[in-house]
Amino acid sequence: MTNPTIFVPKPDREAPAQAKGFLHWLKHHVFNGWFNSALALSLIAIIVLTVPQVIQWAFIKATWVGDSANCKTSPDGACWSFIAAKFRVLMVGVYPAAESWRGIVGALVLAILIITTITNHLKGKVLIVAWLLLPVFGYWIIGGGFGLNEVDQSSWGGLMLSVLLALVGIIVSIPLGIVLALGRFSGSPITKSLCIGFIETVRGVPLITILFMSSVMMPLFLPPGFIIDNMLRIQTGMIFFSAAYVAEVVRGGLQALPKGQFEAASSLGINYPKTLYLIVLPQALRHVLPPLIGRCISMFKNTSLVIIVGLLDFLGMIKSASLDSEWLGFETEAYVFGAVVYFSICYSLSRYGAHLEKSDPVLQK
Amino acid sequence: MTENTLNSEVKNSDTIDNDATNNKEITIEFKNVNKWYGDFHALKDINLKVHKGERIVICGPSGSGKSTLIRCINHLEEIQEGRIYIDQQELAGSEKQIDNVCREVGMVFQQFNLFPHMTILENLCLAPVWANKLPQIEAEKIALKHLHRVGIGDQADKYPGQLSGGQQQRVAIARALCMSPKILLFDEPTSALDPEMIKEVLDVMVELAESGITMICVTHEMGFAQSVADRVIFMDVGEIIEEKAPYEFFNNPEMDRTQKFLEQILSN
Ligand SMILES: Nc1ncnc2c1ncn2[C@@H]1O[C@H](COP(=O)(O)OP(=O)(O)OP(=O)(O)O)[C@@H](O)[C@H]1O
Ligand SMILES: [Mg+2]
Repeated sequence: MTNPTIFVPKPDREAPAQAKGFLHWLKHHVFNGWFNSALALSLIAIIVLTVPQVIQWAFIKATWVGDSANCKTSPDGACWSFIAAKFRVLMVGVYPAAESWRGIVGALVLAILIITTITNHLKGKVLIVAWLLLPVFGYWIIGGGFGLNEVDQSSWGGLMLSVLLALVGIIVSIPLGIVLALGRFSGSPITKSLCIGFIETVRGVPLITILFMSSVMMPLFLPPGFIIDNMLRIQTGMIFFSAAYVAEVVRGGLQALPKGQFEAASSLGINYPKTLYLIVLPQALRHVLPPLIGRCISMFKNTSLVIIVGLLDFLGMIKSASLDSEWLGFETEAYVFGAVVYFSICYSLSRYGAHLEKSDPVLQK
Repeated sequence: MTENTLNSEVKNSDTIDNDATNNKEITIEFKNVNKWYGDFHALKDINLKVHKGERIVICGPSGSGKSTLIRCINHLEEIQEGRIYIDQQELAGSEKQIDNVCREVGMVFQQFNLFPHMTILENLCLAPVWANKLPQIEAEKIALKHLHRVGIGDQADKYPGQLSGGQQQRVAIARALCMSPKILLFDEPTSALDPEMIKEVLDVMVELAESGITMICVTHEMGFAQSVADRVIFMDVGEIIEEKAPYEFFNNPEMDRTQKFLEQILSN
């Protein structure tokens, strides 16, 4: 036998120069073809025409301190001192000033929870338990009782109320939605049809209707002497609404799970409830993380509908602040501020969702 | 593989066959088992006795009921008629009784079916900890032992998606071993693998076969059947058509159906 020829791989060479650099990228990704070029040019035109004006209004000619008289001297600029004057009301509504610290404590606790979560300092069960306790803590720190002065719900408001309603709605509706989704797959026809009935009914009705029903009609159906206050009724309505959608999202994740996962679990002697807890849900929830984050975002935006049933949430406060006779004519500033706040919160959520998706070794394939 | 290598190993396995069938107790018994999927008759009057420590290879054309048959042994499929006994206990009754019987049976699937959201070590420890209530530390010790046994002790902290198919299948085997089963079922364990990975999995299976565990293996790896099996079972259209020691099976198949199948499979 002759000696085999030894294979020597060619050394790597650098890519040719024209395949790199910003100009190359522009040419091949932005100005490739007449349609994309036209699109890019119109975009540039729009930016050139609008951005300087916006900067003029929002920064250069804006008024940052003083009262409404100051603002009126510079009518072409934004009046940010209006936001400063109304800041407290926008944040907490007419919550008593002596108790305002509770809103700050609540916000701090939430911030700590968020930071420890995104920096992975809280993990597994502790993380889940901490978030599940948050609704109870939120209602306690804001509403009082158990050692804190009670604060009447009619004075809860502003961003604090929006965040409370959204957080509690999301946190409670996720486990509820999971239970509903699992119920849909249950072997018992009664459980199954109850869950399907609930999900389809709620999904077939606009949120406003549900808020109305829980605020106005629910008291009529409750047994006499059994009183749930308005805030809790509205909160319940939001939870039910959100749960129905969460259930549909989770159902998608459950259906996508290969049958082999159940078979492997069964062949290892892991019973059905443990299979759900250890194998099915962790995978299903991972895969529905992006739509679930989407649900959180729309839940937060949906809270602005509670204005219909008489609660003054963040948007409600923006509206009422811009009706203040002393500050008439500055509602643009108020709504711009509202938009910036809503956008920052929703965009952060969305980025965090994308980050989770990217950093999860299980979702990398 | 060639006919030559097949024949050279035949004598060896033939003697093992006699041992196993004559002296040892029966581990699995099928008595007149029938199974339907809806109206489709998938298993027809199956009678089968498997002795302790026996290595059985099941082969047959696609759709012949091989998977159905072995999946009945760990109750992944329910039967409508007949009885199945494992270690003299019938595979019937309450869920708990069935679970207890199935505890003796481990299974390795064609698609590995590892849990992708857990590391390799977590995959292996899951059942010992949650189903057998073993302390985590002990479970990990056992898991690492089996991981080393299948030759991937250094991959314990990776996720299944980060391993090659052959490595994943070896993890799946180790995972089944962690429950110390008396019987191991394999359903085409190498069919989803690239050719160069088949051998590493077969090597592990050969090593297992030598350890004396009862093995039932659906496979088209005829070299494995020749060298390891005590008995080869040929199925078609839901029936066991022929069962023989490998040498007899490959050299003197009785039924025309078997001959045709062997011609097809050995020609490529
Ligand atoms: N869940 C099911 N529902 C209905 N029919 C089924 C089901 N599972 C299997 N069958 C049918 O039963 C027959 C036997 O299937 P089985 O999977 O046991 O075949 P097999 O011998 O393992 O084939 P293969 O070599 O393709 O894996 C096939 O005709 C198949 O279509
Ligand atoms: Mg099969």
